[in-house]
Amino acid sequence: MATREHTSATAHDRGPATDITVEALRGRALELRRLMMRMAAGKGEGYIAQGLGIADALAVVYFRELRHDPGNPAWPDRDRFVLSTGHYSIALYAALTLSEVLSAEELDSFGLNGSRLPLSTFEELEGVEVTGGSLGHGAGQAVGMALGLRLDGRDARVILEVSDGELQEGSTWEAAMAASSFRLDNLIALVDCNGIQADGPMVLDLEPVADKWRSFGWDVEEVDGNDLTAIVTAFDRLRSRDGRPKAIVLRTSPGKGVPTIEARERAHFVRVGDDEWDALKAELEETHA
Amino acid sequence: MLDGRQRAGTMGEVLDVKGPFVVAPFGETLAELAAERPEIVGLTADMGRYSDILPFARAFPDRYFNVGMAEQDLISIAAGLASTGKIAYCTTYAAFVTRRALDFITIGCAHGRANVKIIAGMPGLVNPYGATHQATDDLSITRLIPDLTVIDPCDATELSQVIRAIADVEGTVYVRNLRGKVPVTLDPDVHRFELGRAKVLAAGSDVGIVSCGFPTARALDVAARAAADGIACGVLHVATVKPFDREAVCEFAAGVERLVVLENHQRSGGLATLVVEALYDAGVQVPLERLGIHERFNECGSQDFIERQHGLDLAGVLRAVMGEGGGDTVAAGSKTDIGGKG
Ligand SMILES: Cc1ncc(C[n+]2csc(CCOP(=O)(O)OP(=O)(O)O)c2C)c(N)n1
Ligand SMILES: [Mg+2]
Repeated sequence: MATREHTSATAHDRGPATDITVEALRGRALELRRLMMRMAAGKGEGYIAQGLGIADALAVVYFRELRHDPGNPAWPDRDRFVLSTGHYSIALYAALTLSEVLSAEELDSFGLNGSRLPLSTFEELEGVEVTGGSLGHGAGQAVGMALGLRLDGRDARVILEVSDGELQEGSTWEAAMAASSFRLDNLIALVDCNGIQADGPMVLDLEPVADKWRSFGWDVEEVDGNDLTAIVTAFDRLRSRDGRPKAIVLRTSPGKGVPTIEARERAHFVRVGDDEWDALKAELEETHA
Repeated sequence: MLDGRQRAGTMGEVLDVKGPFVVAPFGETLAELAAERPEIVGLTADMGRYSDILPFARAFPDRYFNVGMAEQDLISIAAGLASTGKIAYCTTYAAFVTRRALDFITIGCAHGRANVKIIAGMPGLVNPYGATHQATDDLSITRLIPDLTVIDPCDATELSQVIRAIADVEGTVYVRNLRGKVPVTLDPDVHRFELGRAKVLAAGSDVGIVSCGFPTARALDVAARAAADGIACGVLHVATVKPFDREAVCEFAAGVERLVVLENHQRSGGLATLVVEALYDAGVQVPLERLGIHERFNECGSQDFIERQHGLDLAGVLRAVMGEGGGDTVAAGSKTDIGGKG
């Protein structure tokens, strides 16, 4: 990301805000989903289903777990959130907007010609830690960040997101093996198992995912990735610094929060007609109520 | 068979009206070919839907392997299959296969002349995802691999012929795929792809465009526009990038006042570099302008938007052909005879 140097002495500690209630997190998740619907509306593409699926986990990451300074995204002591799955950009932009790193007006340029908010993430944008789009890069970079932070004596954490599709890239497992060898207990991976990849439902049998991470030396929790209480509990369970990297296997449902999208064919691109968005936005509100 | 459908001023294989389109020429042709040749297998790395291989997959599900999003493994598995006598056609996007799986292509395949055919999707500037998905460097990367054959077909007609022809190439082949509804520019009844041979598609001695890949269709359109303005513009289409047809390029250059090289690739390292090398080695001096992708990471945007930024839209290419600038001039000088060196 852009190296805006740490100049302000007032960089404040914004977390972890473990006292936030699950009810408040639910509100944050709804706001994230609203922002994503706004970005996706009328664009045809934009990975809205994946974004809605990961919204609950991102609410917990950004409003409970992550220690960062929105006024100074390059604060060296910040926790890093590494979104490896670059095409989940829609979810990250929403989280960065809601946590006031980006302005809401800019969201409307999502995916447009020359926008700073492209369909997959570029690290030039404040708050974006790695360039995504070419999948399988995040895990290795997260290991490097965790090593670097430890070397500098900073107690910041690295929260890594990887998708189930990315579990097919060898690089992800190379990083997983290194993380436990290096005893990186400042690293926590969110493994988003949404059950889909480009060709539709998973094309390889990945199970048992949690046991695979365990066998690589990680301390693992497996939860319903759209159950805020379960996600919060998993983060709390994995807070100890016992020498092992941590992973939360999230079983998420693409389209969560908008039943029509959730019910659509499980595909990498859900088809949404230009005329459907108003009704779908209304559905989001009704479902939450 | 010339039957009046051909465009005036061309060598007879260019259709006057573009189209119709052919849907998924790669997969449709592979399915036909596989019916004749049981040793053909097809692979993808989670890009079946997006690489046009599905017609083959539907016809021969037992010979189709989706290895998951794992480009290195895709190429290794293909090499292994080839070692058991199979001809392994594999697909994913050009950016991922050339960058991530390069060692596996070079050592695992080309070094042993493995019968692996890499059908690489979305080469160059063909999508809105920005630098991560734009293989603006794949010709440059692949042309450096010994014993690899590299092909950049210009339309559905040629792509289908290439897919058939490479089954008979002993060794590893890299093809830049054209997917979806692919325009037909060349008359399938007249055009014959010949491996390693560049083809003059339009004659003209004022200026000559050397192009590869789908920009050749643009080159032909520009040549037609230039003709209307009294400029005779020739077009040399270089489908096989490696081995490179140096003789044809030198001969073509000798017959024109100026050259414009047009490619869907960075201006350095790809076709223009090959042309300059060939001309220099043969002692040919001709003013030459390079039209291609600028060496920078691209912003996101539509195909039109990005093409305009790089001067690759019709107006940009036309400007270069009319001598009004736009490209990158690398070699200027008086034209001399090629001296038969090639
Ligand atoms: C290295 C690499 N290979 C292939 C692709 C093309 N691609 C884009 S998304 C995708 C599917 C990946 O699976 P996942 O992240 O689980 O997708 P989703 O859940 O969003 O459908 C693929 C293969 C890519 N972006 N990067
Ligand atoms: Mg997935």
